[in-house]
Amino acid sequence: MALLDRTARSLLMSELLSGMALTMKYAFKRKVTINYPYEKGPISPRFKGEHALRRYPNGEERCIACKLCEAVCPAQAITIEAEPRDDGSRRTTRYDIDMTKCIYCGLCEEACPVDAIVEGPNFEFATETREELFYDKAKLLANGDRWEPELAKRLELDAPYR
Amino acid sequence: MAKVTVDGIVVEVPNGSNVLQACEAAGKEVPRFCYHERLSVAGNCRMCLVEIEKAPPKPFASCAYPVADGMVVHTDSAMVRKARRGVMEFLLINHPLDCPICDQGGECDLQDQAIGYGGDTSRYTENKRAVKDKNLGPLVKTVMTRCIQCTRCIRFATEIAGVPELGATARGESMEVGTYVEKALTSELSGNLIDICPVGALTSKPYAFVARPWELKKTDSVDVLDAVGANIRIDTRGPEVLRVLPRLNEDVNEEWLGDKSRFAVDGLKRRRLDACWVRRDGKLHKASWPEAFEAIAGKLKGLDGSRIGAAAGNLADAESLLALRDLMTALGSANLDCRQDAAAVDVARRDFYSFNTSIAGIEEADALLLIGTDPRAEAPLLNARIRKRWVAGKFPVAGIGPQADLTYNVEWLGNDPALLTGDHPFFQVLRDAKKPMLILGQGALARPDGAAVLAAAWKLAAETGMLLPDWHGFNVLHTAAARVGALDLRFLPGKGGKDLAAMLGGGVDALWLLGADEFDTGRIGASTFVVYQGHHGDRGAARADVILPGAAYTEKNATYVNTEGRVQRGFLAVQPPGEAREDWKVIRAFSQLIGRTLPYDTIEAVRARLEQANPVFARLDILPRFGAADTAGPAGDPAAVSNAPFVLPVANYYQTDVISRASPTMAQCTQTLRPALAVAAE
Repeated sequence: MALLDRTARSLLMSELLSGMALTMKYAFKRKVTINYPYEKGPISPRFKGEHALRRYPNGEERCIACKLCEAVCPAQAITIEAEPRDDGSRRTTRYDIDMTKCIYCGLCEEACPVDAIVEGPNFEFATETREELFYDKAKLLANGDRWEPELAKRLELDAPYR
Repeated sequence: MAKVTVDGIVVEVPNGSNVLQACEAAGKEVPRFCYHERLSVAGNCRMCLVEIEKAPPKPFASCAYPVADGMVVHTDSAMVRKARRGVMEFLLINHPLDCPICDQGGECDLQDQAIGYGGDTSRYTENKRAVKDKNLGPLVKTVMTRCIQCTRCIRFATEIAGVPELGATARGESMEVGTYVEKALTSELSGNLIDICPVGALTSKPYAFVARPWELKKTDSVDVLDAVGANIRIDTRGPEVLRVLPRLNEDVNEEWLGDKSRFAVDGLKRRRLDACWVRRDGKLHKASWPEAFEAIAGKLKGLDGSRIGAAAGNLADAESLLALRDLMTALGSANLDCRQDAAAVDVARRDFYSFNTSIAGIEEADALLLIGTDPRAEAPLLNARIRKRWVAGKFPVAGIGPQADLTYNVEWLGNDPALLTGDHPFFQVLRDAKKPMLILGQGALARPDGAAVLAAAWKLAAETGMLLPDWHGFNVLHTAAARVGALDLRFLPGKGGKDLAAMLGGGVDALWLLGADEFDTGRIGASTFVVYQGHHGDRGAARADVILPGAAYTEKNATYVNTEGRVQRGFLAVQPPGEAREDWKVIRAFSQLIGRTLPYDTIEAVRARLEQANPVFARLDILPRFGAADTAGPAGDPAAVSNAPFVLPVANYYQTDVISRASPTMAQCTQTLRPALAVAAE
């Protein structure tokens, strides 16, 4: 019986026809691909992209060198060194993230008590060399300055769920 | 003994113990802030509350409540939990929420106990208290807003350190801990305040914001900056030694540590020798190990053994001393000396040069005579032990030598060594005592008539009943960590050998300095070829013709013998910098080059050889107590003691060796604290 069924199907080309039907269905449907990089898909406020170190509105850097992000980082991508600044406050002298180690889990921003280190919406930071992905403090602060409006918005949108 | 039931566990504790001790004996954890085993009971933090059956129905502060026979204690009842949660909430009312910037974070009693015994939310919305920070000098950083007023620091300064400089002003919420008048703490034990502070109010200034406890690798070691041999823990991150903390050893340092030992470690990163240097045409040039070895071998070739000498410094470990001694023997030289201060010794018996009473034994003594010593500067931990005994009462202390403020009452008999040979009313006090002891400092021995002073002191000890079959009251207090080990290994002039003074001024043609910096290198003969093996570029290295970089005490597995004769081992915490190598390995490698290979390749083999050289090295850490079986004294004529006053060996506690001289923190202490100490002594 099974033999008869299979023979009938192949003679009538039912598989071919159902395949062609699917092709035709999608040929007339709206396209799901977008014209990247001219078009971009929507991202959630919780999207975990490139890191940034934020500042307070008065320009003071937020990071207080508590090293909780360094401690929590499962990939051990963060390296921090600290010492008292001239005014006696606790600040980092070195804040490095190895973006090639980072797994973008977001635990660093969860751990941060002052919302200093955040993962922003930017995911387009590919580089030509590996070395460029070893971010230092200056790079991270510059990221923060560049993305601050979006970062603040993002935190605000996510605040009700924290 | 009282029988106490703690949470159903029956324990027996001595009468007079408190309930907290009984709970500890039963293995129950009781949270506490103000209570500390070695300090008096204050009972003001109220964290150690427990419930006691058949007593008024209220929680009791267990640290301040004495046990009674048949007492039934609950440490985990509903009432206790609620009471502790309440106490914790009150403590946290005025404690700032600045854990992320607090250096105590991660090793904070308040953090841990808030997690364990506190509530989960705060109900406090009013303003918090803020307190002005105090300046306690270059070692202790204060953030007084964090203070929970447990008064441990006040009690430590008053009771243990013996400097009643800290105190509390005002009461209630306005209570502040401080020095009344702003001044730096004049204690050489002030670093311990950092350890006993249960919160982040007192933290280490040089270590401020440097690292978190969870980043550190901990290595057990032994301190070498004085001869007490305090047990320490070296905290490192990567290749850096970040801090040193004391390790508990009841027989040596209890749980304290002197400031030099604790804070001088930043000197390990400065002025280090990390490559070989060879002097050519009057100037030092960087060289490789083979080049440096060739330079030495070329010089030693054809030299008679009697024209070669070696001097060991104060920080040398037993392994390298042994290797150097064996090398010199192989070269046919008997010119060895470990005494840069030319102190008199008699190594016929070990009790002629060690601290026989033992440091813990001080607590049994009932009269003390100090001769030419300032234990506060030479061995602060030993001084703290003397003070502990003095505080316990009925402990007359007298001193012969320059007056110094030792934090306890001392009857100064005058600075006349001849007093030793005469008689003095205080000697009668010693005779009347059951367990009298004397401490003979290096200031009394490092002088031309040192041997006579040694013999006179022994004679005095014998006459005043210090040398008993079950009590040995004769003690030599050394200032160099390497000294007793070197004496045990007989790193001394052999038969026909020269001592250091004879080796200087052209007495030898080649001089090997193993970290020897504490003598006037200008006295070395102009034509003498000097090899300096060590870890810091100090006096010795400046004069050297060849410099061999060595390892500091944090960078090697090494054996040290403290002033008591206790053999202790430290472990390697970080690798030596650059080209530097462990010292015994350097000597062993050099011996091979000149064809006199020393018979050991591994540290185990060196240690086996150490035991062979002196069986005392087989007994680690433990020091059996012994009496004076034989009262025959050391060589020397007691009558030959001169009238020249004693001069103390340590002029500045904070800078006594190459490490502390290279340390910026110690330089700062010298600057701020020495004048203060000088004033206090007057």
